Amino acid sequence: MDFEPPYLYPDYRSTELRAPRHEPVRLPDEWFHKTPGPAFGRIPVRAEDADLTRQHPGEPMGERIIITGRVLDSDGHPVRNTLVEVWQANGAGRYLDPVDDHDAPLDPNFTGAGRALTDGAGAYRFVTVKPGAYPWRNHLNAWRPAHVHFSLFGPSLASRLVTQMYFPGDPLIPLDPILGSIPDPRGRELLIARLDLETTIPEWALGYRWDIVLRGRRATPVEG
Amino acid sequence: MTAPTPSQTVGPFFGFALPFEGDSNAMAGESGLAIRIEGQVLDGAGNPVNDALVEAAQGDQFARCRTDAEGAYHMTVRKPVTADGAPCLGITVFARGLLRHLSTRMYFPDEDRANREDRVLQMVDESRRHTLVAQAEGDILHFDIRLQGEAETVFFAL
Repeated sequence: MDFEPPYLYPDYRSTELRAPRHEPVRLPDEWFHKTPGPAFGRIPVRAEDADLTRQHPGEPMGERIIITGRVLDSDGHPVRNTLVEVWQANGAGRYLDPVDDHDAPLDPNFTGAGRALTDGAGAYRFVTVKPGAYPWRNHLNAWRPAHVHFSLFGPSLASRLVTQMYFPGDPLIPLDPILGSIPDPRGRELLIARLDLETTIPEWALGYRWDIVLRGRRATPVEG
Repeated sequence: MTAPTPSQTVGPFFGFALPFEGDSNAMAGESGLAIRIEGQVLDGAGNPVNDALVEAAQGDQFARCRTDAEGAYHMTVRKPVTADGAPCLGITVFARGLLRHLSTRMYFPDEDRANREDRVLQMVDESRRHTLVAQAEGDILHFDIRLQGEAETVFFAL
């Protein structure tokens, strides 16, 4: 299984001057798994941070959606009480970030950033709007498929993960060098959420389900 | 074993989302001698990486800093007390163009002897060890992170 992208992937041009050329130094296997992960407790998480449609006086434009899933370790056990951070473009494909100069409107009712802690079953849940696709300058006529960025900590240094979640059936997916950098197509599939009618709330919002598996086994034995 | 979810780049547009108030100060609400760390993240051409996110962690300390237009970051930490090995901070680097994050360590320049005896530093080729040791500049410590090229920082396999 070759599921991790390489550092150097020329189709994604920004890797060329940023990928280290030396092989990374390998520490004893248990090192990263035994070293506790960052103490992220200083990062503020408020209840309203999990609903990206309720952070302003009005409702954001776009297709309201729910994204939910479980965070698991490599043994399939839930990772409880860990921080999940998300950020995304608005429904028009524009980020609030000042670096984004795409000619698409900002939405005064949408910031596009959220935080949540996983619950006792390792579950997280965000309400948001579906992000739009947007152009980037990697090559002529390059467009990113709709995606939501995720950042997770987990229990150990090995479990830190920053990744992106994609939407099923997006025709831009096969054209995207960032998702395409993952060598094995089964690895790419792991980043695509599935439409879930159980999560969907009738007459209100479509639901997507996306489980996340962090590297490493659980750091501490679980009771029972 | 379930396959881990693959990594993807943090991209260029995280600056409105990941920073938080007081994020670069790992000392928040603690006593102890504060040490300021400053440095630049540089690419293989020696150009500043102005869209990187640097995180430092050690024990109960955690700091996060987005680089500015000069690729510069800064943090305030206290020197950790370690039972095993030389004191150091775990440093993680995210950036546009990094499909996976990079992991390195920052050691302290006034710990020559402990650094010489540190088991992790001993696993690093001697000619490259200096890339993991900060430099004292007056009251601050300077620690550049070179992603590629001459004096490329040593990174550890994840």
